[in-house]
Amino acid sequence: MAERTAQTESEDRVPGMEAVYEHPRTLNKVVTHYCPGCTHGIGQRLVAEALDELGLRERTILVASVGCSVFVYNYFDVDAVQAAHGRAPAMATGIKRLEPDRIVLTYQGDGDMASIGLAEVVHAAVRGEKITTIFINNAIYGMTGGQMAPTSLPKQQTTSSPFGRDVRLTGNPLRMSELLAGLDGSAYIVRRSLHDARNVLKAKKAVLTALKVQMHGLGFSMVELLSSCPTNWGLSPEESLKWIENEMIPYFPLGDYKVADEVAAL
Amino acid sequence: MAKGTIRIDQSRCKGCNLCATACPKDLIRIALDRLNTGGYHPAMLFDPGSNCTGCALCAVMCPEVCISVYREAPVKGRTPVPA
Amino acid sequence: MTKELLKGNVAIAEAALRAGLEAYFGYPITPQTELLEHLSRRMIELGRVFLQAESEIAAIHMVYGAACTGARVMTSSSSPGFSLMQEGLSYMAGAEIPCVIVDVMRGGPGLGNILPSQSDYFQVTRSAGHGDFRPIVLAPASVQEAIDFTGLAFDLAEKYRHMVILAADGLIGQMMEPAELPAMRAVRRGERPAWATTGAMGRARNIISSIYMQAEEEEGYNLKIQKRLRQIAQAEQRCAEHMTEGAVLLVVGYGTAGRVAYTAVEAARKAGMKVGLLRPQTLWPFPERRLSELADNVEGCLVVEMNAGQMVDDVRLAIGGQIPVSFYGRMGGVVPMPEDVLTTIETEYRRLAQAVPSNRWTKEALC
Repeated sequence: MAERTAQTESEDRVPGMEAVYEHPRTLNKVVTHYCPGCTHGIGQRLVAEALDELGLRERTILVASVGCSVFVYNYFDVDAVQAAHGRAPAMATGIKRLEPDRIVLTYQGDGDMASIGLAEVVHAAVRGEKITTIFINNAIYGMTGGQMAPTSLPKQQTTSSPFGRDVRLTGNPLRMSELLAGLDGSAYIVRRSLHDARNVLKAKKAVLTALKVQMHGLGFSMVELLSSCPTNWGLSPEESLKWIENEMIPYFPLGDYKVADEVAAL
Repeated sequence: MAKGTIRIDQSRCKGCNLCATACPKDLIRIALDRLNTGGYHPAMLFDPGSNCTGCALCAVMCPEVCISVYREAPVKGRTPVPA
Repeated sequence: MTKELLKGNVAIAEAALRAGLEAYFGYPITPQTELLEHLSRRMIELGRVFLQAESEIAAIHMVYGAACTGARVMTSSSSPGFSLMQEGLSYMAGAEIPCVIVDVMRGGPGLGNILPSQSDYFQVTRSAGHGDFRPIVLAPASVQEAIDFTGLAFDLAEKYRHMVILAADGLIGQMMEPAELPAMRAVRRGERPAWATTGAMGRARNIISSIYMQAEEEEGYNLKIQKRLRQIAQAEQRCAEHMTEGAVLLVVGYGTAGRVAYTAVEAARKAGMKVGLLRPQTLWPFPERRLSELADNVEGCLVVEMNAGQMVDDVRLAIGGQIPVSFYGRMGGVVPMPEDVLTTIETEYRRLAQAVPSNRWTKEALC
C-alpha cells in the first residue's frame, strides 16, 4: 500500500514548495490539554496519521480511558466513547462484537491498563478480541498528580512513594507487553519508544501494523509506547526524553514480543 | 541539498523545545521576546542562511502537531502544493 | 494542642493516624488523593501498613481482609471509586466487620467532574451495597469537624462492630482551615477482638463469612443487624443548630451546603426574618428526633443540598407531613452561594406567610 502524505488545508502553505508534512486530517487542530513536551501528543498524532494513511477515519470508533488521555475524544475526528477507569477493553469488546467491520481502538495509560484495568485487558487478549490497544507507558499516574504506577521504576519517587518505590513492599515494575505476549489470543504485541525521532518513526510503523492486524481480523494487537511525563517526573521535556532512554528502556526493553505468523506474512 | 522550510502554528505551540532539540542544523529557537495566547514562548524558525532541508525531524518530535514542513525539489510520490 | 492550617484531606488522614489507624489501602482519585499521599508518607514513617491498591475494588477487599484481623483499618475514595467499593462494603456489612470509609463526593453521575457535590447521599445512607444495612454516616462541615469525626468514626465502628462512613463533599476535603489535631493514640497491637481471625492459637476457630445458606439463618443475622441499627438510631443521632429559637422557617443543610445556609440564615435574621438552621452531623442515623421537635414550632422547612434532592426525602419522612418542605439544590459540582440561598429563603418565607394560616405571621414574621 503506497504511503501518501496527509493532505490537509493549511493556511500557512508555502507556494512553490511541496508539503513534506502537514497536520493529519483525523487530528483536530485544537490546543491540547497535555503539558508542554508530553509525548501523549506524539503518540496520538501517530495514531491519527496511521488512520489517515489507511483511510480508516470514518470506520473508527475510539474508546477513551481515564487518565491524561481522558480527553482524547476531543482530538480525533472519529466516533468516540468514554470508558470508566480501566474498562476500555471491555467497552471495546462490546462495540467490536456488534460492529466487526469497524476499527475499534483503545488508548490507555499505565494506571488505567496495568492497574485497575488489568483484568479487562488480559481477558480481551485471552479472547483474541480483534481490537487495537495503544498503551502509553510513562511510569506514573499523570492526571491525578504523580502517584506511583505499576510501571514505576524501583526507587522512583512519586507522591505515593515519597521514599522511592520499595520493591519489597510493592514489587517490581509490571511489564505489560511481556505479560500479554504469552496469551494465545495476542496476535501483535510490541514495545516502542517516543524518546527520539528515529524511535518515533519506528513507533509509527508499529501502529500501522497493529491497525492492519485488526483490518485482517488476526487477533488482539497492542503497541506499548514509552512516554514522558515532564511535570510529574520533575524534569524538562528534553531531560524527560533522556530519562526514557536511560532509565525506562533497561526495564522495558523495546522489541516485538508477539508477532503471530499471519501478522509476519502481512 | 534541497531547500526546505517550516511553518510553526505559534498559537498552539507550548514552547517545549523538542523541535529545537531534534533539528540537526540547530535552526529552531524559542522566542523569549514574545508570548502566545497560551502564555508560552513559542518556537520559531531562525534560518537566515536557508539551511533548512525539510527533513521534518522537528515535525516528527512535535507533540502539538503545530509544525508543517515544506521542500523545494519535487520528491517522488509527493503531491506539490499549488502555487 | 495548637491550631495549624490544614487541608481537609490531610487533616482526616492525620486524625486517623492519631486515632490508631493500623492499615490504609486506597487508590488515587480526585478530590481525595491528598489523603492517600499523606498516609503514604506517615504510615511508612510510623512502621504501619500502607498500600496503594490496583483499584478501589482491590482496596476495599484489602480493607475487608485487614479488618477481619480486628485491626483499625480505613480506606478513602470519591464517588466513582466509592461505587466500585459497594461490593466490598456489602461483604463487610454481611459479616459485621467494623471499618471506616471516607467518601469525598464529587460531581456526577459517571465520571462527572472533580468539583464538590453531595450526590452520594442516597448511596452512603441507604445501604452498604446490596442488602439490608445502614452504615453510620458522619458529615463534617469544617476541617475541625472532619478531624473530630474521624476519631469518632473509629470509636463508633468498634463500639457497635459496624461500618462508619465519613461523607464529606469535595470542598471539605480540599479547603484549608486552622484546626487542632488530637494527641497520638497508641496502636493497639496484640489486643484483638474475640471474633477476629488471627490464628486459632489456644482457642476455638473463628469463621468470618457473609454466607447463611438457610433463609431462616440469614433472617436471623439480619434481625441481629436490625436490632443493632435500632440501638444506634436511638443513641447516635447528632446535629448542630443555629438561631432556631423562635424560628418560623427552618433551613436544613449539611456539609458545605450547611455552611452556606448558615451564612444565609444569619443574613435573613439581620433582615428581620425568623429563620433558623438545623445541620445534621449524622446522615444516618438521621437526626429525626430533633427535627421532629423543631417541626412542632416552625411553619415550614427549606432543605438546601448540593444534589437533585436526596436528604430532603429523609427530612420529609421525619416531619411526616406536619409542615411544608421545599428544596433548593445545585447539581454537577456547583456550590450554592449564600445570596442564592437567601433569595430562596425570602421567597419561601413570603410564600409560607400567604399559604399558612397562623397568627405568628401577622406579628413577628411580616416586616
